[in-house]
Amino acid sequence: MSHTDEPRTDGGEPLSDEQLFGQLAEKDRVELSRKERYSRALDAYVLAPARVAWEDWRMRFGIFIITMFVFVGVVGTRLVPRPGTNQAPNNLQPFQGGVSAIWEDGGWIDIGLEHSYSFQYFSIPGFDLEYPLGADNYGTPIGRNLVHATPDMLEMVIAGAIVSVGIAALIGITAGYKGGKIDSFLMYITDIVMTMPGLPLIIVIAAIYPPRQAWLVGVVLAIDSWPGLARALRSQVLTLREESYVEASRTMGLTSKTILSRDITPQLMPYILINAAHAGRSVIFGAIALYFLGILPFTTANWGIMMDTAYSEAHALVNLANFYQIFWPMAAVVVISFGLIMFAQGMDRVFNPRIRARHAKKVGGDGESVDN
Amino acid sequence: MRYFVNRVLHAFVVLISVTTITFALFRLMPGNPAQAMRAQFEAQAEARGQTVNPDYLDAMVAQHTGFDPDQPWYIQYVEYLQDIILYQDFGHSIFYNEPVFDILFTAMPWSIFISVYGLAFGYTANILLGAAMAYAEGSRFDSYSTVLATFLNSVPYYVGAILFLAFFAYQLGWFPSGGRYNTNLEAGLNVQFMASITHHAVLPIMSSFIVGFGGGALAMRGNSIRILGEDYLRVARLRGISSERIATRYVARNAILPLYTEMMIGIAAVFSSSVVLEFIFTYPGVGWYTYDAVIRRDYPLLMGSFLFFTIVTLIGILIAEFTYGIVDPRIGSGENNESY
Repeated sequence: MSHTDEPRTDGGEPLSDEQLFGQLAEKDRVELSRKERYSRALDAYVLAPARVAWEDWRMRFGIFIITMFVFVGVVGTRLVPRPGTNQAPNNLQPFQGGVSAIWEDGGWIDIGLEHSYSFQYFSIPGFDLEYPLGADNYGTPIGRNLVHATPDMLEMVIAGAIVSVGIAALIGITAGYKGGKIDSFLMYITDIVMTMPGLPLIIVIAAIYPPRQAWLVGVVLAIDSWPGLARALRSQVLTLREESYVEASRTMGLTSKTILSRDITPQLMPYILINAAHAGRSVIFGAIALYFLGILPFTTANWGIMMDTAYSEAHALVNLANFYQIFWPMAAVVVISFGLIMFAQGMDRVFNPRIRARHAKKVGGDGESVDN
Repeated sequence: MRYFVNRVLHAFVVLISVTTITFALFRLMPGNPAQAMRAQFEAQAEARGQTVNPDYLDAMVAQHTGFDPDQPWYIQYVEYLQDIILYQDFGHSIFYNEPVFDILFTAMPWSIFISVYGLAFGYTANILLGAAMAYAEGSRFDSYSTVLATFLNSVPYYVGAILFLAFFAYQLGWFPSGGRYNTNLEAGLNVQFMASITHHAVLPIMSSFIVGFGGGALAMRGNSIRILGEDYLRVARLRGISSERIATRYVARNAILPLYTEMMIGIAAVFSSSVVLEFIFTYPGVGWYTYDAVIRRDYPLLMGSFLFFTIVTLIGILIAEFTYGIVDPRIGSGENNESY
């Protein structure tokens, strides 16, 4: 345990480590094994915040909604039969039979031991559902359509969020930390992309090279959402880079890459996660809009395509009797984006101690002057 | 002064970059619109039973796009830039058979009209609601408004537009379902005509309002609360400065600043949204022509409208930046950080 190869800063007679740090020094210097380091990081960055996050009702709500959509996308598609035309009566209204269908036979729901709801592989006795969300003009059950569209939507959201957050993190963190010419250059590019009108650019790209796979749609839509986040991350890094522990790492001669990945990025993780949720929301907004306009190629079942069919073929806006056809896909979009925003807000609350601290300070100190 | 020059220069660079992108998408990429257009003309000629002459096709493509396919790409590029910047020549629309610039230039004021009002109303509402929420922080009003603002934030603007159109236009008949003004009226500066324009614009503006509204109220609330905890506010109170002055000069001004920068980013989003909104309300602005161009595969019109959107956005951002200097006197002092 000698430190002969390390430069001594004081220049004086070197004291032994034992004298300086006592018995504990031995223990502190023990290198953590990789596994241990990971488990510590997991606890510090994932488990502890998760425990705190669960306290916030918005977080629970957001996670509940997201889990529900993931469940529908992964398990639901295996349970609910594939949608097809003429599976249900044409133009079937949602909740046919109304509330009385619960105790009467026929209608959207039947309860009783003689009924059973059959999934593809097994059936649950006691009740039966008959196309509760109605069917479109061609007799395609809307509920089945919604369920089978979910995997593609999730794929879009995930791909879009990963790509936009990835680009933003790479550009924003590098620019903020390096500063100088690299910063100006990267921010110049960011500004250029930011000032381009996003949707028209995506429309132009989609019109020339129509993306057919769901993940590709997500990637194309990510073009619009990374620059704002890159700028935000940069300004976060600008304050972090002045922190003393970052300066210590720099003095120790660690490479920029190490400092960025070990010291700075973990601090930004919550922020990145929050913005991933926001990016996911803007990707789904954009995707549905483009499918609704009929600019993206109609491939598989999709909420935007359902809206387009309801709008142009069922004339759902003019004929309000058909409004339910456009309502369900819109409701799905609103609910999933509400879930994503709730999740982001819960995270924000957890990782922004400043909000709480300021709040407490204000309540404590200003009572005498703010007398409303 | 250097700040302004810098901004204008920056806007110019953005314009050149965007033009380069359209040029690249238009000419250089494989399967580009120029080739698609050529195939289109070929099919048209064959349908009329004419023999297809390659030189004739080249001439047709050249007439509509304003470039000669036989030239090397860098000469095409220079000519393309020259056409757009010096002569405002954006090419020739295939479907309308008119210069793209003329079509879009007459459509542009309508798009700006909708977007600017939507943006202005949206941000005013943000600031007022956010300030009220911060003022009543922790109260029932605050928590209800927070939930409401969050919910509105998760409603896409086009969903709002669809609901408005279905209920206010088709069901209740309060507002027209499309168009820019009543075509039976004589166009001009008379009250009736102006009222007709306003009447037609209400629903698009209301939908565009949702775009501008977004999460801004929550941001304003957060900013105001953060500033309410600052030490300089306590000092101001101790000095006996009146509450109104504190509210307007100390809190509002500092809380609005971050929102102002956010608005500059929002300008692009608001103009972008007009593609969808003008489609829903059949409101013939630049956005509507963009949609039309995609559906009709009218590439010169499509590229032209993208450039128009960029130019309008750039001008909007420039105006916002110039006024930002008035709102925030610190601008231009420059934060020069040490580079590592």
